[in-house]
Amino acid sequence: MVNPQHKAIRSVEMKKIVKHFPGVLAVDEVDFDVQAGEVHALLGENGAGKSTLMKILYGLYSANAGETLINGHPVSIKSPRTAIELGIGMIHQHFMLVPSLTVAENVAMGLRSSRGLLLDIDIVSERVRKLSEIYNLNVDPAVPIWHLSVGEQQRVEILRALYKEASLLILDEPTAVLTPQEVDDLFKILRRMKEDGHSLIFISHKLKEVLAISDRITVLRDGRKVDTIPAETATRASLAQMMVGREVVLRYEYEPVEIEESRLALTGVHANSDRGYAGLIDINLTVHSGEIVGVAGVSGNGQQELAQVIAGLRPTSQGNIYLDGKKIDSCSANQRSLMGLSYIPEERMIEGVIKDFTVAENVVLHGFDQFPFAWKGFFLNLGAIKKTTRQHIIDYEIKTPSTETPVKSLSGGNIQKLVLARELSREPHVLIAAQPTRGVDIGATEYIHRRLLQARKVGVAILLISEDLDEILALSDRIVVIYEGKIVGEVSREEANINEIGLMMAGASQPE
Amino acid sequence: MLDEIFRTTVLASAIRLATPYIFASMGETFSQRSGVLNLGVEGIMLLGAFASYYTVLETGSLVLGLLAAIGTGLLMGLVTAFVSVTLKAEQGISGIGIYLFGLGLSEMLFKRLVGTPTHVKGFPKVDIPVLTDLPVLGEVLFNHNIMIYLAFLTVPLSACILNRTTLGLQIRAVGQTPEAADAMGISVARVRYFTVTLGGVMSSLAGASLSIALVNFFQGNLTAGQGFIAVALVYFGAWRPYWVMAGAMLFSTVNALQLQIKTIESALSFDIPDEFAVMAPYVVTILTLIIASQRVEQPTALTKPFERGE
Ligand SMILES: Nc1ncnc2c1ncn2[C@@H]1O[C@H](COP(=O)(O)OP(=O)(O)OP(=O)(O)O)[C@@H](O)[C@H]1O
Ligand SMILES: [Mg+2]
Repeated sequence: MVNPQHKAIRSVEMKKIVKHFPGVLAVDEVDFDVQAGEVHALLGENGAGKSTLMKILYGLYSANAGETLINGHPVSIKSPRTAIELGIGMIHQHFMLVPSLTVAENVAMGLRSSRGLLLDIDIVSERVRKLSEIYNLNVDPAVPIWHLSVGEQQRVEILRALYKEASLLILDEPTAVLTPQEVDDLFKILRRMKEDGHSLIFISHKLKEVLAISDRITVLRDGRKVDTIPAETATRASLAQMMVGREVVLRYEYEPVEIEESRLALTGVHANSDRGYAGLIDINLTVHSGEIVGVAGVSGNGQQELAQVIAGLRPTSQGNIYLDGKKIDSCSANQRSLMGLSYIPEERMIEGVIKDFTVAENVVLHGFDQFPFAWKGFFLNLGAIKKTTRQHIIDYEIKTPSTETPVKSLSGGNIQKLVLARELSREPHVLIAAQPTRGVDIGATEYIHRRLLQARKVGVAILLISEDLDEILALSDRIVVIYEGKIVGEVSREEANINEIGLMMAGASQPE
Repeated sequence: MLDEIFRTTVLASAIRLATPYIFASMGETFSQRSGVLNLGVEGIMLLGAFASYYTVLETGSLVLGLLAAIGTGLLMGLVTAFVSVTLKAEQGISGIGIYLFGLGLSEMLFKRLVGTPTHVKGFPKVDIPVLTDLPVLGEVLFNHNIMIYLAFLTVPLSACILNRTTLGLQIRAVGQTPEAADAMGISVARVRYFTVTLGGVMSSLAGASLSIALVNFFQGNLTAGQGFIAVALVYFGAWRPYWVMAGAMLFSTVNALQLQIKTIESALSFDIPDEFAVMAPYVVTILTLIIASQRVEQPTALTKPFERGE
């Protein structure tokens, strides 16, 4: 494949950009610029308009007003194709990958082939393999995307951007699904690109990362620009204040709760992964009422399989699962959910919501045929559905124009809040929370954490699967580490040590 | 005796019968792979059949006849693409519209311009030295006219384009996840215009293969549902050219058997009810479809018009 022959971008300026959606003013007269050789971070709560602004720059949306200048000349970017030709690349918040195609095919699509009309997949694969080695991305070009975990898919997106050598790279929450080590690796790549004169726009909800990588920071709130400041003058507290408009504390009182009976138990569970080989090996795990058990691990080490096996979305090949002492191996996902199991899935766009359904319809995805949402299990009680939905919207501060808006037009973080609201409000006995705050802004993260702790207090047994070690350490009573489908270590809250856990996540066995 | 009938007559006629299906279903494979269900195939076949038939009738030139079919297909393909890609119409409904348009227009033109069914001189059989003279094989495989060879040639060609070219990759991406293709700078509309127009040309050629290569005449509703069967065959073949061809062959073999039913009956000295014989190709196809569809992954964006999420 031939590299794009675009000119280097020295500066991009967006002036007075406005974008309306039905019922929402998503971007309101925002000025934004980025220069060659700098990382400009874009911060803001869920629904602040970050993705929308960037999609305008990438040609996916057209602005209602405002103009864009590249190297001082006005440009009109009507489609991603124009953006790509101008040297702009984008890593999207929701992956833009074709599941049925292989990694190499996903990289090759849209590129010119060095063999003219004929595909040169072998050449692409070779270069993908090389890049993957150089940047330590560990991606196999021949594997179809649907075999990959979310973290791995994110690496494919990064690899594809590297492959294209864009002059300006927009990264919309690229680290949301990466582990701390992977984030470090990504930052190394980004710093290298910056030194080579690339311009980078970086979106993240993790203030630590933003402070570590950026030169300038722009904060958006409700579609308006709050300010652009140099990174040196910013602190986590000041950024949080700018984003949310109030002080945010991400530190919680830890109150010991009396641990009671076992709610969820797995004994000797084995399961296959999508790729056919062992995804889970001999998992023994108990979660008690009033306990949060954190599962730490690098993405793709069996977390997704673990959550799916418990939720009933993936069959076990051996072993048993007990819910409140009852064996549930042969129960369907729906039966388990009725027995008191709630599941906040990692892939919320696929397993968590139905994209084309409205907010209200998604709120009653489980239990739509039960009181109070239905009458005699047949007639929907639209009034009750609306009322509950409104309550969720207020409680969880979900930004949506109405209860009848299709979920797909909500911002990523707001979809997550919606799923969480639905699952927690069902008063479950057991809650599986897989990456519950991935892509969620700090205000909402704080809120979600408080909700989880509250649930723990009333006796819910919570299995918290997260790649965010800070989150795990802040919330868990007990931490297990998963590596290559096996539980390789277990520590209590008191003995937890971030370095030791990090080593176990990378495959070192537990020191005695 | 039965053996012989089967080997020569039935198989040779199955190959002939499969020809229009293969043309039409290869074209439809392209359009479905890119996410557009074109149900208007039948209508375009009829128009192509008439256009080529009438041209040959008037000019006596088979080449002009073929060109007329290609031109008709191009035009109808573009119309279909405009309706389903640009206007984003509901594909099932608009397909039926195109079918009815083709059915009506071809019949009306035929009545106006020709009136009584008259045979034309269609494509002659091509004698291939040595091969045609082979026993059995020669009669089954190498005793056909050029359109038939052409039809079978489109199969490896389609497979190659879909799997080994950049265009094929774009088609597959657009049919599965148009948002992703769009974000990578592929014009979803352009790809779909291409596949649907190609589908139009192939459907039109399918019609021409009937009217100037196989039966060599025209009448109202000449195709009698073959276009719809071609659409079904694409599902049957799981959107893969060789499988689609296999489906077409299975269907036309059962069809050929049914045409030879009298001969077979007398050879077996056994009576097969007529109704059963007429139903047979459909029953066999549906049964195989049920079995085959268990392991099929269809283009996820099939029938869904693409819009950026604005
Ligand atoms: N395609 C769309 N149709 C309608 N409304 C939309 C669409 N895309 C975004 N919005 C709305 O515009 C606002 C800004 O959304 P945007 O996705 O830009 O937020 P964001 O800052 O990226 O948030 P997050 O951190 O959650 O990703 C939100 O209120 C969202 O509901
Ligand atoms: Mg966003």
